[in-house]
Amino acid sequence: MRREYSHEGDHIEALKPVVTVSRYRGITRANHWVTALSLILLALSGLALFHPSLYFLSGLFGGGQVVRWLHPIIGVVLFLSFFLLFLQMWKLNLPRREDATWVARIGDVMAGHEEKLPELGKYNAGQKGVFWAMTVLILVLIVTGLMIWEQQVHLWRDYAPWAATIPARRIALLVHALSAVGIILVFILHVYAAFWTRGTLRAMTRGNVTGGWAFRHHRKWLREVARRQNTPPAE
Amino acid sequence: MTTERAPQPTTAAANPPVQPMASNLLPTDLVRISATANVPAPERQLTKVAKLIDVSKCIGCKACQTACIEWNDTHPAVEENVGVYENPHDLTPEMYTLMRFSEYENPGTGDLEWLIRKDGCMHCEDPGCLKACPAPGAIVQYSNGIVDFISANCIGCGYCVSGCPFDIPRIHQTAHVSKKCTLCSDRVAVGQGPACAKACPTQAITFGTKDDMIALANERIEDLQSRGYDNAGLYDPQGVGGTHVMYVLHHADKPGLYAGLPADPRISPVVESWKGTTKTVGLAAIGLAAAGAVLHGIFAKANKVSAEEEHEAEELVVKTASAPVPPSSVPPENRGGL
Ligand code: HEM
Ligand code: SF4
Ligand code: SF4
Ligand code: SF4
Repeated sequence: MRREYSHEGDHIEALKPVVTVSRYRGITRANHWVTALSLILLALSGLALFHPSLYFLSGLFGGGQVVRWLHPIIGVVLFLSFFLLFLQMWKLNLPRREDATWVARIGDVMAGHEEKLPELGKYNAGQKGVFWAMTVLILVLIVTGLMIWEQQVHLWRDYAPWAATIPARRIALLVHALSAVGIILVFILHVYAAFWTRGTLRAMTRGNVTGGWAFRHHRKWLREVARRQNTPPAE
Repeated sequence: MTTERAPQPTTAAANPPVQPMASNLLPTDLVRISATANVPAPERQLTKVAKLIDVSKCIGCKACQTACIEWNDTHPAVEENVGVYENPHDLTPEMYTLMRFSEYENPGTGDLEWLIRKDGCMHCEDPGCLKACPAPGAIVQYSNGIVDFISANCIGCGYCVSGCPFDIPRIHQTAHVSKKCTLCSDRVAVGQGPACAKACPTQAITFGTKDDMIALANERIEDLQSRGYDNAGLYDPQGVGGTHVMYVLHHADKPGLYAGLPADPRISPVVESWKGTTKTVGLAAIGLAAAGAVLHGIFAKANKVSAEEEHEAEELVVKTASAPVPPSSVPPENRGGL
């Protein structure tokens, strides 16, 4: 059976006492938390250099020299880790017709009137927005980050000398700082949405959600997962 | 025993005092400190100093380079001879000053001119390196105009490299600190002029108060102009507020001839906006977003799943499971009717 709204591993786990639906495999959750931890450490270490009033944050890492050394290394970890998440999630984050309606009725979303919204697959337009914003910003951050990584510039300078010039580095610094602000804002939105929409966090801790949660927020996903329970194994 | 403070040096050539003397460059003489707002106003104003490099007098002997290496105890690597006079090939963390050689065919006279410029930190009145630096106290400026790097506070990030309009600082790849000419602040502190100026055999490099150096430069320029160098002039670029290392150039109208000396150096607008608007607006945006999220989280109604929805979900799952195979392939687009 064709999967349109769900990941292959998503399945109904139990019917009683309430329906629970598996949303993320253990490996995906581990991947998510490595990404999240990297992003938090990057934000803290980056902000230490971003503004003098936040330089004290470098103390969390053992001083400015350590921050200078560690931040880009975690950056590479974040990039690789997010890349793996991307491979697992990009398809279900492609935009669909109902996303436009969801965005147009954002007022109803905020008011919690989900009965006025179209049925959705595994992700709503907000989640998709966070996904693609993270994708673009992480790409920009890794490229500009490599350009301003003083210690490692020698690794690539011979292949793209123009990118190692001082004017190019100035632009990279500006763009890195701007996209860092951008990704921190997206991160705040992401964490906030996960808290505000009660019952969401367990998807990334225990790996499952209740049927009611799926019914309320992602009914097309729930329908497809339920239908698949019913499909006999492929011949 | 109290040691007398050293006098402020006013020439490079004057023999220094020989009795032990206390440093006369004090923490209270700082007018700018990197990544530090509200530097307390200094109690005294030191006389502004400057090093004047008269390019027309330089013979390219590199005595200044040697003196600099010796005084600062640096160890530039032995490089390969690739058939040019620059040695080493560029400024390095171990070579704070470098003679740059340019061959110029003057279209007016048809002469081949050999232009030799001593490159190194210009000690800008408005230093871009200091503006860019994220580490408190890694770059400081004294009220006499000297811009100094304090390695103990430096984190080796290389921001100063991007901030400098003259491409001067170099990051030491094993010590992970930024290095450049100090204007011999450690000598000036005890009443002596810079080592390079002292070593220069033609007095192409001189040192003194900035006013004296401008006066001396004007004498030299007048002399050069009387001998056919109509465009001779002083290089003290105002885009960076003037510099505490100045040049007398025979072709002051074309500073670029001298191994690409910038005609109108200033802190790049990209650096200004990165260290200016980006920081204030960025910090405000992050602060507001975080505060907004926390407040909304505390005061707004959470989005909760009801018991009824749990029940409806169970019905949906049970009904789907008992439906004939294959189930309807088109789910309702909208739950409007429910
Ligand atoms: C994706 C890979 C990344 C790489 C390779 C990278 C690399 C760098 C480098 C080399 C620096 C200069 C300081 C240093 O040498 O350590 C820097 C600064 C910074 N980074 Fe990153 N970074 C990355 C991701 C991030 C992310 C995800 C954030 C935000 C959460 C971030 C926030 C910052 C900030 C705020 C600064 C200071 C910028 C400033 O001083 O204006 N970086 N980064
Ligand atoms: S020349 Fe460059 S390193 Fe020297 S003071 Fe000016 S900005 Fe700083
Ligand atoms: S490398 Fe340059 S910008 Fe970075 S801390 Fe050291 S002096 Fe400051
Ligand atoms: S002033 Fe001192 S540090 Fe600077 S080039 Fe001359 S000798 Fe070297």
